[in-house]
Amino acid sequence: MKKTIITVVGRDAVGIIARVCTYLAESQVNILDISQTIVQGYFNMMMIADAGKSPKSNVQIAEELDALGKEIGVVIRCQHEDIFNMMHRI
Amino acid sequence: MINILEVNETNKMITQENLDVRTITLGISLLDCADDRLEELNRKIYDKITRAAERLVSTGEEIEKEYGIPIVNKRISITPVSLVGGAACSGPEDFVTVAHTLDRAAKEVGVNFLGGYSALVSKGMTRADENLIRSIPQALSETSYVCSSVNVGSTKCGIDMDAVRLLGEIILDTANRTKEQDSLGCAKLVVFCNAPDDNPFMAGAFHGVTEGDAVINVGVSGPGVVKHALAQVRGADFETLCETIKKTAFKVTRVGQLVAQEASRRLGVPFGIVDLSLAPTPAIGDSVADILCEIGLEYAGAPGTTAALALLNDQVKKGGVMASSYVGGLSGAFIPVSEDQGMINAVLANALTLEKLEAMTCVCSVGLDMIAVPGDTKASTLSGIIADEMAIGMINQKTTAVRIIPVIGKGVGETVEFGGLLGYAPIMPVNPYSCEAFISRKGRIPAPIHSFKN
Repeated sequence: MKKTIITVVGRDAVGIIARVCTYLAESQVNILDISQTIVQGYFNMMMIADAGKSPKSNVQIAEELDALGKEIGVVIRCQHEDIFNMMHRI
Repeated sequence: MINILEVNETNKMITQENLDVRTITLGISLLDCADDRLEELNRKIYDKITRAAERLVSTGEEIEKEYGIPIVNKRISITPVSLVGGAACSGPEDFVTVAHTLDRAAKEVGVNFLGGYSALVSKGMTRADENLIRSIPQALSETSYVCSSVNVGSTKCGIDMDAVRLLGEIILDTANRTKEQDSLGCAKLVVFCNAPDDNPFMAGAFHGVTEGDAVINVGVSGPGVVKHALAQVRGADFETLCETIKKTAFKVTRVGQLVAQEASRRLGVPFGIVDLSLAPTPAIGDSVADILCEIGLEYAGAPGTTAALALLNDQVKKGGVMASSYVGGLSGAFIPVSEDQGMINAVLANALTLEKLEAMTCVCSVGLDMIAVPGDTKASTLSGIIADEMAIGMINQKTTAVRIIPVIGKGVGETVEFGGLLGYAPIMPVNPYSCEAFISRKGRIPAPIHSFKN
């Protein structure tokens, strides 16, 4: 199973996680792990998710999350886990 | 499991430090397009390129979105045209029709450059080679996407001084024909010594005859990432400095390896090489010169520059080699003047001269790159500059190149604007003394003694 890494960065506000999770649930993307910190008022969240059962393509999910981020006022990136595996694991 | 710090580190490199994959270049062999009828040759070339590269741009964009890594350019390199067109092209004007075909094909598939309007003449020119070289000014002035290169020397064969002399004239002619655009045509023409067969970077890319039918080569970038990493170890000793460059180069190259593998798998084309180059852009913070400053120089060009660059180039290779299964191309730090804001600043501050740039090319890839000189520079002087650079490559068994732009109608102190990734450049002074008698000698410079290894 290849996983997807979703990161959300931006000014903290009410309901960011809820909005992202709602979208993921509607898109049948399963969340495996969430970690989150707030650095100097900036919200910083990473989710590890499985989009294998989603009817949407990875590209479509990435584009829709990008649009959702713009709506909420945060930056949402959705990336295949391999870019991180390649860079940080030998 | 990947943690949030690692994810943030990668994303910071992409969003704040200009980490990107500079190019996915699809190499296509056109050897099977050779024909003795010109129309048929053009048709076969157009069909083969548009078929082979049909999905190149869309696949690149798909990878870009899925992994969240910008892939700046999607490009094509082809078999040197002098080899493919020899039978059909009886004069330079016939070769120009091929250039137009290549331009149409590149436009059709949506790539931003196509390289391989080239000739390999390190020992001598065939009739076809000479016709192609003579067609370069017209070809580059009438097309937008076509890039040209000529390999005029190698450690094995020496330097073809007849070709060097001819290219001085060709560069000047190209400059004249594109003078309305600040002699932009010359930015698409590279003269090489020891040109690699698998270079993915323009303008010098071509698909060598040692290559298979098609191949994916990837060029990475990331000067901003290296600079940022070095800013964290200011004042540290050389061991720390070198280790930091190495580790950063490893990470940057891994992204290139991933993109190369994916592009190769999705396009069903074998993976060739990753080119481990630090390739700058005119964007602020994407500069090789800035790395040299971070290492400890006031400006690129100050005393110590060659040593700093040698160290940087070597550590980039040491870090990158383990990150990729196949390394090739040019692999080293690029020092183009117009494409690097730090280099431009150094020239404006009179810290960097043509002679210092020449010294720097002894220790890094590739050569005198994107250098604007006065438009009244003589053809023989351009040939002399080329000969010097080719000699460095030949003796040091490395690739060297010259991409020099005599800007017609402009002189020292003026600036030339090429736009986009090509950037802008202050016009640099050239040594005014003549080398005419040297350049007018006929024949070639023999291969150096250390080439006889058998």
